[in-house]
Amino acid sequence: MPKLTVDGIEVEVENGATVLQACEEAGAEIPRFCYHERLSIAGNCRMCLVEVEKSPKPIASCAMPVAEGMVVRTKTEQVKRAREGVMEFLLINHPLDCPICDQGGECDLQDQSMAYGVDGSRFHENKRAVEEKYMGPLVKTVMTRCIHCTRCIRFSTEVAGVPELGAIGRGEDMEITTYLEHALTSELSANVVDLCPVGALTFRPFAYTARPWELRKTESIDVMDAVGSNIRVDARGPEVMRILPRNNDDVNEEWISDKTRFVWDGLKTQRLDTPYVRENGRLRAASWDEAFAAIAARLKGVDGSRVAAIAGDLACAESMKALKDLYTALGSPNIDCRQDGAKLDASNRGAYLFNTTIAGIEEADAILLIGTDPRKEAAIVNARILKRSRMGGLKVGVVGPRHDLTYDYDYLGAGPQSLKDLGSFGDVLKNAANPMIVVGQGALARADGAAVLAAALSLAKSVGAIREGWNGFNVLHTAASRVAGLDLGLVPGEGGRDVAGILDGASKGEIEIVHLLGADEIDMSRLGSAFVIYQGTHGDAGAHRADVILPGAAYTEKNALWVNTEGRVQAGNRAVFPPGAAREDWAILRALSAVLGKTLPYNDLAAIRTAIEAEAPHFALLDILVPAADMPDLKAGELDAAPFETPVKDFYLTNPIARASAVMAECSAGRAAATRIRAAE
Amino acid sequence: MSVRRLDPNQPASFAFTAENVEWAKQQIAKYPEGKQASAVIPLLWRAQEQHDGWLPEPAIRYVADMLGMEYIRAIEVATFYTMFNLSPVGEHYVQLCGTTPCWLRGADELKEVCRKHIGPEGTVSADGKFSWLEVECLGACVNAPMVQINADFFEDLDAASFERVLADLRSGKEVKPGPQNERHASEPAGGLTSLTNVGQETGTGGGN
Repeated sequence: MPKLTVDGIEVEVENGATVLQACEEAGAEIPRFCYHERLSIAGNCRMCLVEVEKSPKPIASCAMPVAEGMVVRTKTEQVKRAREGVMEFLLINHPLDCPICDQGGECDLQDQSMAYGVDGSRFHENKRAVEEKYMGPLVKTVMTRCIHCTRCIRFSTEVAGVPELGAIGRGEDMEITTYLEHALTSELSANVVDLCPVGALTFRPFAYTARPWELRKTESIDVMDAVGSNIRVDARGPEVMRILPRNNDDVNEEWISDKTRFVWDGLKTQRLDTPYVRENGRLRAASWDEAFAAIAARLKGVDGSRVAAIAGDLACAESMKALKDLYTALGSPNIDCRQDGAKLDASNRGAYLFNTTIAGIEEADAILLIGTDPRKEAAIVNARILKRSRMGGLKVGVVGPRHDLTYDYDYLGAGPQSLKDLGSFGDVLKNAANPMIVVGQGALARADGAAVLAAALSLAKSVGAIREGWNGFNVLHTAASRVAGLDLGLVPGEGGRDVAGILDGASKGEIEIVHLLGADEIDMSRLGSAFVIYQGTHGDAGAHRADVILPGAAYTEKNALWVNTEGRVQAGNRAVFPPGAAREDWAILRALSAVLGKTLPYNDLAAIRTAIEAEAPHFALLDILVPAADMPDLKAGELDAAPFETPVKDFYLTNPIARASAVMAECSAGRAAATRIRAAE
Repeated sequence: MSVRRLDPNQPASFAFTAENVEWAKQQIAKYPEGKQASAVIPLLWRAQEQHDGWLPEPAIRYVADMLGMEYIRAIEVATFYTMFNLSPVGEHYVQLCGTTPCWLRGADELKEVCRKHIGPEGTVSADGKFSWLEVECLGACVNAPMVQINADFFEDLDAASFERVLADLRSGKEVKPGPQNERHASEPAGGLTSLTNVGQETGTGGGN
């Protein structure tokens, strides 16, 4: 641990730390453009120059490792002049278009030129102009503004794992582009915009819509997948204007997927903003009283066993708790939160969590992926596996469909039969210090799902993946609501029907009433003549089939608890109010329960959260992981021969909000076209 | 330097000849497993030689595929190095040194000759025989001014001798590379000015 002095303050830093890190340790602020703590070091912007004793010239602190006894000065006249010089060079070719630049107000170059630059220019020649580059529907380019920091290139190579950005030409004529200007194909592509220290890369859907200082910033949680990425929702008035990532080293570091980021326009279209009641085959706008009365009239005299409720992928813990309590009070055991039919066991918490944790992936040295395509199902988790893979010494095996996962893997087979004999990869798992097994929903949402889960768990135990201090058994979920639903026991009660049973019953007329809490991914044609109550946010499949529509609040419009695939409870916050007459979902269910004469025992958010905590105490511990108590064996079953399929067919269109988004539709169409062209070649 | 772009007219495809594939395999084998990308410059160069002195876009992809590289990484290399021509060149590709020593010794005159006999810089002459480009120092300053035509240096040029070289090339006559005046190599043009008595004092040693 070398010791050094920064501006007279002695600090001790880790071996291999850079001078810049040491300066930060000592509290000295070092301006920088190219340096980023999560990317490799480039050392090309020269903004981080500091003076080091016995060095004739200022040194780039980001690229210089510390040495014992170094004396660093960051506040001398030489450093000040060096920074001014660098800044002057950077600004020589940078246009003075801040008033029309979308980065204005949150621009590193703008801020640092105010802090470290000089007030005038000595450059009288023409500035360089660079042609715009097409990078797809998400990233807009104004390449004249580029200062060649190469952060975007390093991100696409190192974090996204899709090396498609590069710098052609050289020197002043260097230009950032993709090969022949094809659209970016990474699911994490728009993070390059966050990384861009200037306005060269900006959000195309956000272009010219708002200034950062007019936005109201709300910290919240993403629900596009089961990762629970930490986000910041920027709103102006009643509108969500954009979504940005928040740093959380345990979950998403500082990245979010493109779907998380750009789904916001889906929050404004196709919205259900008033209750509807179906009359003479047509939906008519109604009041809350009329909608509740219609439900009460239909429910009257119907036996509980002929009523069912299904919770969808975007349901928050509060609404699922209220849904379960209401239908239990109505005497219905037919309740399920697994609308994809995944054979998950709610009684065995360890068998439905991502036990290793996302940050824990970095400790693993062998990973077996079973029936999952993490790149599409949880792009952030895939980035973590890639990060681990780039550290070296990681072996990955795949059972299931082949996909480009951005890292190398051994392909072991297509279906569950391959689990019986993993060949040499079995030894890899056995010999690994920290083996990991990841089971995807593609392996569970099938007839033999329970048997696959049991086989995977027993495999985990046999290779030593479950032991004191390491739990390498993981289930990767795709739905933000799923773990909370299982934690709260939204599974069929005694003699109750699961989703398949409910659909079966509805088509046969044995189930008369089905309540869909944002459940749009089921086959609506199988609901038969059942009376369908759709409670949700968007006019998607469920609303089209519904007999009564209860407009709910989207994830940006309510204070709600979410549990991610690790079992991490996180609180989302309301950024804007729900549109029109729409209300928070648990409140709708509470109001409905009063009309039905089964009044639920909570009147405000605090009360329902207390009720949730009474049932599942870990909901009280926000952002603290409560590990699964134990990992009991599951009942083994007969394994089918059919190959696994991935549940995410189209990354951009997995839920009603995304399907309402024009940006997501454009991304999806672009990706489909690119795939067609590749297939044709 | 200016921005270097791919030519708008590109061939449909590119593939190495069987002989070049063999050669490429040998080049790739020079590098350790996983570092095949190190062979990108020799392979691009061979592709350019095979493709009449310029590098088409399909060749960049072909080489990238051969080395398991991303296309963008290969085009970065191809656009970085000016030795890769991204547009067609003449059968005789003239690289004219315009750096200070050659310029002082009359490179401007040679440029005039190029403009007169070939055409504007960077364009192929109507007969397809020539194109020319001003380049930075080619390292033959002692024989300035000079040009490089394909693989050969033509040195100690003046307008007349350069015109003669171009005319000979155009008519398909054989030309002699190297100094175009009386010089054999880079010895003093007007005979020796120092060490004139070397040989008379052999074996004495020590006399400077």
